[in-house]
Amino acid sequence: MSKPEKELIVSKIKNGTVIDHIPAGTALQVLNILGITGREGYRVALVMNVESEKLGKKDIVKVENRELKTEEVNKIALIAPTATINIIRDYKVVKKVKVQLQDIIENIIKCPNPNCVSNLPREPLKPKFRVVERTPIKLKCLYCGRYITRDDIARQLH
Amino acid sequence: MGFKGRDIIAITDFTPDELLHLFNVAKEMEKYSKSRIELLKDKILALAFFEPSTRTMFSFQTAMQRLGGSAIWFSRAEAISIAKGENLADTIRMLNSYANAIVIRHKYEGAAAFAAEVADVPVINAGDGSQHHPTQAMIDLYTIWREKGKLEGLNIGVLGDLRYGRAATSFIYATSMFKPKKLYLISPELLRIRNEVRDYLDSKGIDYVETTKLDEVIGELEVLYVTRVQKERFPDPAEYEKVKGSYRVDLKVLSNARDDLMILHPLPRVDEIALEVDQTKYAYYFKQASYGVPVRMALLALVMGGVE
Repeated sequence: MSKPEKELIVSKIKNGTVIDHIPAGTALQVLNILGITGREGYRVALVMNVESEKLGKKDIVKVENRELKTEEVNKIALIAPTATINIIRDYKVVKKVKVQLQDIIENIIKCPNPNCVSNLPREPLKPKFRVVERTPIKLKCLYCGRYITRDDIARQLH
Repeated sequence: MGFKGRDIIAITDFTPDELLHLFNVAKEMEKYSKSRIELLKDKILALAFFEPSTRTMFSFQTAMQRLGGSAIWFSRAEAISIAKGENLADTIRMLNSYANAIVIRHKYEGAAAFAAEVADVPVINAGDGSQHHPTQAMIDLYTIWREKGKLEGLNIGVLGDLRYGRAATSFIYATSMFKPKKLYLISPELLRIRNEVRDYLDSKGIDYVETTKLDEVIGELEVLYVTRVQKERFPDPAEYEKVKGSYRVDLKVLSNARDDLMILHPLPRVDEIALEVDQTKYAYYFKQASYGVPVRMALLALVMGGVE
């Protein structure tokens, strides 16, 4: 039996972050990006494949006592471009942001091409990519021209 | 035309009109390619060849001297000593302070684009890994333009390593800018064009086919651009032995060629074009090599402000 979402599975959190509208099946990767293993001691709730008006199905992640940094939000945008981030204080949503995938992704991920100049050590260089496609995500390295797929991104975002 | 001060990173950075302007200047330069025209007097060109090359380096040196300027250079041996502790950015900064333009060849893809970020003077890409070789592509197109009198509406074949070969890749980009009638991409399955190249062709609406059989398409071609299929690209040497004969141009395969077929090759050649082909009317690759100096003269003169 499915129940309305509000009553579903996990209770509200007092302080922390709720990441909603994560594409179904990618919540584990989002946790990976945030470096959450479960051994940190704070409460984490993971809900997968629940009904969503917008997406059909979605995942939700709730993390208590942790507010996300911009850098983390930018990383989440690469893997879950539909996600919304809700900052919770005292059970209330105090801030709600939709993640934004920029046109140029700079200094977040590395180019998987080992022969790309951006992988040379000791160079004053930030890896840069242009977003070629948004769903599914596909990037193009602005140095070596190679495509980077969602799987390449998922492999290194943690 | 806006060539002055510009970096030359990829052939796709240029419009067809800009390339035609370059070709008109190059045609003028042919008159001076064995003498001298003082367009870049007192200018110095730095040649940073982190990867070995004789042909490209000599042709840039010659071009610069024929323009009345001079060149400073290092090639791989010296680069190794530079690499003792010095990074690419610092080497480029040093050359930037000496020279009016920098030519770079490097085995890493994107090295020229990065050098251009570091340098204030124009940077010319003389080959970066498997990605781009824009000045070669300019010479290739120039040869077709000079010898066929047109660039558009041709049936063009590109043979060899289309995946890792930078000359072949740049030629595919270049020829696609001039609306080929049809593009025949002939290679072993393993060495087909990269996805980003395929997307480029699709975005330009190019009619192209990918095939493994030269003999089946040779009768259609007006231009055949030949590059080498390298044994090292094959994980299994037996696979290479099986296919290598299919990518060799000899009199037998040419028996079905059109009368007006032009064979090009960026050189050096090993065994992908049989020596017997050199004597045929199809062989244009030595002519093509001879255009290296005037085309590079034109490019240097335009980029360094010797001509408009």
